[in-house]
Amino acid sequence: MKAPAFEYLRPTSVTEAIALLGQHPEAKLIAGGQSLLASLNLRLSQPSHLIDIGRLPELRGIAVKNGVLRIGALTRHAETMAAPEIATHAPLLKAAIHHVAHAAIRTRGTIGGSLANADPAAELPACILALDATLIIAGPHGERREAAADFFTGLFGTTLAPDEILAAIEVPLAAANAVHGFQELTRRSGDYAIVGLAAQGLRGANGLSALRLAWFSIGSKATLTPHAAAALLGPAPSLERAAAALAEELEPHDDLQANVATRLTLARVLLRRVAGPLLTPSGIAA
Amino acid sequence: MIEISLTVNGEPVSASVLPRTHLVDFLREELGLTGAHLGCEHGVCGACTVRLDGEIVRGCLVLAVQADGGSVETIEGMSDTGEIADLQQAFIDRNALQCGFCTPGMLIAAQDLLRHGGVPSREDIREHLSGNYCRCTGYHAIVDAVETTAKQREAAQ
Ligand SMILES: Cc1cc2nc3c(=O)[nH]c(=O)nc-3n(C[C@H](O)[C@H](O)[C@H](O)COP(=O)(O)OP(=O)(O)OC[C@H]3O[C@@H](n4cnc5c(N)ncnc54)[C@H](O)[C@@H]3O)c2cc1C
Ligand code: FES
Ligand code: FES
Repeated sequence: MKAPAFEYLRPTSVTEAIALLGQHPEAKLIAGGQSLLASLNLRLSQPSHLIDIGRLPELRGIAVKNGVLRIGALTRHAETMAAPEIATHAPLLKAAIHHVAHAAIRTRGTIGGSLANADPAAELPACILALDATLIIAGPHGERREAAADFFTGLFGTTLAPDEILAAIEVPLAAANAVHGFQELTRRSGDYAIVGLAAQGLRGANGLSALRLAWFSIGSKATLTPHAAAALLGPAPSLERAAAALAEELEPHDDLQANVATRLTLARVLLRRVAGPLLTPSGIAA
Repeated sequence: MIEISLTVNGEPVSASVLPRTHLVDFLREELGLTGAHLGCEHGVCGACTVRLDGEIVRGCLVLAVQADGGSVETIEGMSDTGEIADLQQAFIDRNALQCGFCTPGMLIAAQDLLRHGGVPSREDIREHLSGNYCRCTGYHAIVDAVETTAKQREAAQ
């Protein structure tokens, strides 16, 4: 189908974009357009205006400063895939990104768009939970910062107000003893996952610490499972206890791809595949 | 209506478009370039693949207004320059097309992989073409044609 009619605005600064959002309550931002234009073509929404932030230099760039990796909201998936700073300091993102859609979508789709869209099946929201990232959000009264764990509120829901713009994310630099893992189950490469898991932690002489297990495509939003992670810490980790904890911490949904019981079973399969190598000192982090 | 200027297959084009017009409708209906096809119109099938500023994109998920100032290359332009003549011949030799609906998108996506040089594995070829549906060939012949072209280009170096 064709998109419904809308007006098109191309502000030249973030401040102007925020002002436009304030003036047009029915407007929507467009970054890469790879989720938004698909949904407009399907007539799933009918914004009055599209405000194109896709060219704003303030929202671009990847930089390492003061012990954090700052990734501009407009960083395209293809750039995330290629950036040496990301490979070095946030290898989990590098491991995840080629699972996001297909080559011709990764050239346009952005990290900010993916996070703001908050699709429960998307990889990047779970990754930033596992990385304990911070979101930098610009609004009419300046910038605010929010922990990834507080940002996602539910199905396609975030704490972004209608006149706010996600400007960047900040990721703590991966420590020398950091380990990570990423796995998802899909029908076809590039499709949204049936279930997926992103994990990051530290590995020392006494086993794992600071482990974060972040799930996607299971329940209404990307979800951390701290009890399952706790069962894997220290000198006496237990995959069995971790797998058991998942039943308490995850709220699998039913859809055409898998029902509740299948999703939980698949989550346990992924837990073994991801956590197994992290627990083995000689294992290579997946 | 919004005024846009861009290059299409190396030629400057100026036009005035409705904001909701996507790039493929613009190419097909304003410029008569009908090589880029519309299958699903929501990003899934890849029939609409074109190059924008040197990178492959879904033509159905880019607005014509977003391409303002950019450089678009379509299968017509890539055929005229001869950039993919060998790949096109390999598609014919290997029977890698039947109805041909997916073929312009397949060729452009495959060329995007081949441009990086070397001989990609069949796995890598399948991965790079995973966003392009073909309802006729079953893909095997397409992978053959892409692999053959990669080997020929490598040998010619
Ligand atoms: C066929 C297909 C398959 C896909 N497969 C996957 C997949 O497997 N995994 C996956 O994760 N994604 C997938 N995607 C989605 C893709 O990753 C998108 O690029 C991404 O979800 C959105 O990024 P965007 O820049 O294109 O956002 P847009 O489409 O431009 O915007 C999406 C939403 O976010 C809002 N927004 C955008 N940027 C900002 C910002 N900076 N601040 C505030 N709000 C903002 C917009 O208003 C809009 O509501 C797929 C898409 C397609 C078409
Ligand atoms: S028509 Fe664009 S992906 Fe199907
Ligand atoms: S040749 Fe018919 S769809 Fe590919």
